Amino acid sequence: MRATTLDNGLKVLIQEEHTAPLASVWCWYKVGSKDERPGLTGVSHWVEHMNFKGTKNIPRDQVKGIIEQYGGSWNGYTWIDQTTYLETATRDALDRMLFIESERMANSLYHPDDCESERTVIISELQGGENDPDQLLDQEVTATAFKAHPYQHPTIGWLPDLQAMTRDDLYGYYRRYYVPNNATLVIVGDVDPDDALRRADQYFGSIEPGGDLARLRTMEPEQTGERRVTIRKEGTTAYLKVAYHAPSATDAQFVPVVILDAVLTGAKGLNLWSSFRTAPPQRSARLYRALVERGLASSVSGSIVPTEQPFLFTLSATATEGTSLAGVEAAMLEALDWVREQGITPAELTKAKAQLKARLVFDNDSVTNIAHQLGYFETIASVDVFTTLPSRIAAVTIAEVADAARSVLAPSNRTVGWYEPLPVA
Amino acid sequence: MPQVTHAGLAPTRTTLDNGVVVLAKQTTTTPAVAINLAIRAGSTSDPRGAAGTTWLLSRAIDRGTLNRDAADIAEALDSRGITITISVTRHLFSLVTTCLTEDFEAVLALLGEIVMTPSLPPREIETRRGQVITAIRQDEDNPAVRATESLMALLYPDEHPYGRRTKGSIELVEALTRDQLLSLHRQRFAPGTLSAALVGDVNPSHAHEVTADVFGSWQTPPPPPISLPPVGPATRRTRLVIPMMNKAQADIAYGFTTITRRDPDYYAFWLMNNVLGQYSLGGRLGDSIRERQGMAYYVSSALDANVAEGPLVIRAGVSPANVDRAIGSIDEEIAKVVGDGITPKELDESRRYLIGSIPRALETNAAIASFVQIAEFFGLGLDYDVRLPELLGAVTLEQANAAARRALDPERATVVIAGPYEER
Repeated sequence: MRATTLDNGLKVLIQEEHTAPLASVWCWYKVGSKDERPGLTGVSHWVEHMNFKGTKNIPRDQVKGIIEQYGGSWNGYTWIDQTTYLETATRDALDRMLFIESERMANSLYHPDDCESERTVIISELQGGENDPDQLLDQEVTATAFKAHPYQHPTIGWLPDLQAMTRDDLYGYYRRYYVPNNATLVIVGDVDPDDALRRADQYFGSIEPGGDLARLRTMEPEQTGERRVTIRKEGTTAYLKVAYHAPSATDAQFVPVVILDAVLTGAKGLNLWSSFRTAPPQRSARLYRALVERGLASSVSGSIVPTEQPFLFTLSATATEGTSLAGVEAAMLEALDWVREQGITPAELTKAKAQLKARLVFDNDSVTNIAHQLGYFETIASVDVFTTLPSRIAAVTIAEVADAARSVLAPSNRTVGWYEPLPVA
Repeated sequence: MPQVTHAGLAPTRTTLDNGVVVLAKQTTTTPAVAINLAIRAGSTSDPRGAAGTTWLLSRAIDRGTLNRDAADIAEALDSRGITITISVTRHLFSLVTTCLTEDFEAVLALLGEIVMTPSLPPREIETRRGQVITAIRQDEDNPAVRATESLMALLYPDEHPYGRRTKGSIELVEALTRDQLLSLHRQRFAPGTLSAALVGDVNPSHAHEVTADVFGSWQTPPPPPISLPPVGPATRRTRLVIPMMNKAQADIAYGFTTITRRDPDYYAFWLMNNVLGQYSLGGRLGDSIRERQGMAYYVSSALDANVAEGPLVIRAGVSPANVDRAIGSIDEEIAKVVGDGITPKELDESRRYLIGSIPRALETNAAIASFVQIAEFFGLGLDYDVRLPELLGAVTLEQANAAARRALDPERATVVIAGPYEER
């Protein structure tokens, strides 16, 4: 992997992969929903949508098909720390991909009519998400767990903000954060690194850097007691979530918590783009045995994701028909108390490491996935955090996992969420 | 035009004496192997009146074998960091996993035991039954699932296997017995119905040998064929509203029955559907409903030509206030495609896209394994990936437009709306 910084501050990461005649280009921006002020929640994600609506040199009616002509796919996503855009296509489309991303960085249009029509598309996206009780509960638990830090609000934003935001809000936000010195360009695939770097410089080198970005400085104060939230809404199924404040990706306790999660619910891998395509190996995991094998829950899952600042370690369960949420919660907390008091076993540590080793291999099975991982970690911390993951995992001791369990799983550090279905009228 | 330098997968295909087909392809992208076992025993195998039998079997089949109990299997999987994904489509029962190369032999042996000698312990069946019932309850609260399943029931009436719910109903699942699961397994799982796709860091002759070691001595008579009732196109427009007033957004499913996968017009249908509801962000439908009118986060159409005449389904999620306008726009776009046809430019763009995306679609081991299984199932040949550009290239504008006229007609559309919406 080659890392270079252009004169305007753009970081460029290039990795050769010659297994297929493909290249994947991702452009990452260090801006996500945590950078949003009250009243502007959802602006990062809406800006992402607007950046697919034409640029100075890619008129609105030429956006459609611009990469499809090369058989390519394109996409983008926004989350709490980052906004990113990608194209994957045959290698001969490299220039086209770099052109699209340079245009997106410097020349997006933000036509007022497009801003308006996208408002309703995004509200539709929000309402589609609310149709899913599990997603609704996740949103409420996160909002309850954070009382100060902007990780509190959902990336899609709060509905009243989406109804009120203006074109100028969107465009101002875009101009501020979409600058080369706030971005990372990643190129992975069947390319020559020298040639790819030359082309990157050709497309991006003349884009002016932006000023220093003042970041919101709010840190979440330590949680001093358990919090609870209960949603009572018509539905058919009961859901439980227990969320704990968790270490950030660079914290020494991060990897021990990843191991702890593997012991409790099975290892997921650490690729937000691909890890969730297949379920984790979890049949022998503690919470699976305590909840699913005993018939209390139809599914159980855990989530610990690398983030820039401390986010959440969330454990979720879907109650089986006829099982009370109190029963599911009691069984889950019993298992969590046990691991907090006793730690994990040597056999569990060995198994969790084997699982993570395999998942890291599976996470890197395509140019798109490799490029995602390089850019993701560079954006939330540094690409070194990604390349050192295997050695960090290998070095974790039982004592470190026990310490992490003791501090993270403290009752005063948790937020418990219930989705209690009311009979459908 | 994209330079497709794709030389062809050229997988090897061998057959064991008992009829098991082995499809192998060596790649060296990662030190891993994708295993995809497909048995011709999908949900169409469900006995009449017992929809959901195959699905419950799929949930319980990997929870015990003649030689291993559920805990042994859990340990064998978890210690290697792998999961078996078992899926049931209309015609296939598939077990899919990716393992590290060093675990390949042991994992295939385990999968072999699961396929050939499942023990279906009563306790395991009860636990999985509870999970399935909860999943059915979740589906009942999901507007997208309700709309799609109801559309299929209307397009394929009278207990046609394509119209039945794969998971069955709570009532049916509660009544299923262990004997019914064992009997389904005995009748439908046989070497002649199994094909094993093995793609990754393993050479084809070794893949064949390992498969022979695992499955070579399996002897079971071939199952009787499943007859599918003929499918007729709808003769009038049908509309069904499923009010779900606790939801924020309504899901629309709008569809037709179309053609079989074997139909010579398949590639014309594929291209026509790409123009209508796929290309870029949802084709013409996406242009109208998402891009120009801002009514939906998603709208697209999917063509599922199959053994019998499969459906073309358009789906959209819209605010309840926009349901009528969205359906009106779908009607309008279909009428335009049927009346005026698609343009040469649209056909060319979709064709270039579909041909150009082949290398990307065949990048990962798992994707290659799935591709060769589909080619095997429909008898498309080992060189299908190489012939595909020619097949798409040969479609004329007249053929694509004839496909639209043959399949689409707003007057005969079946439309289901599920969500916070009531018939006025």
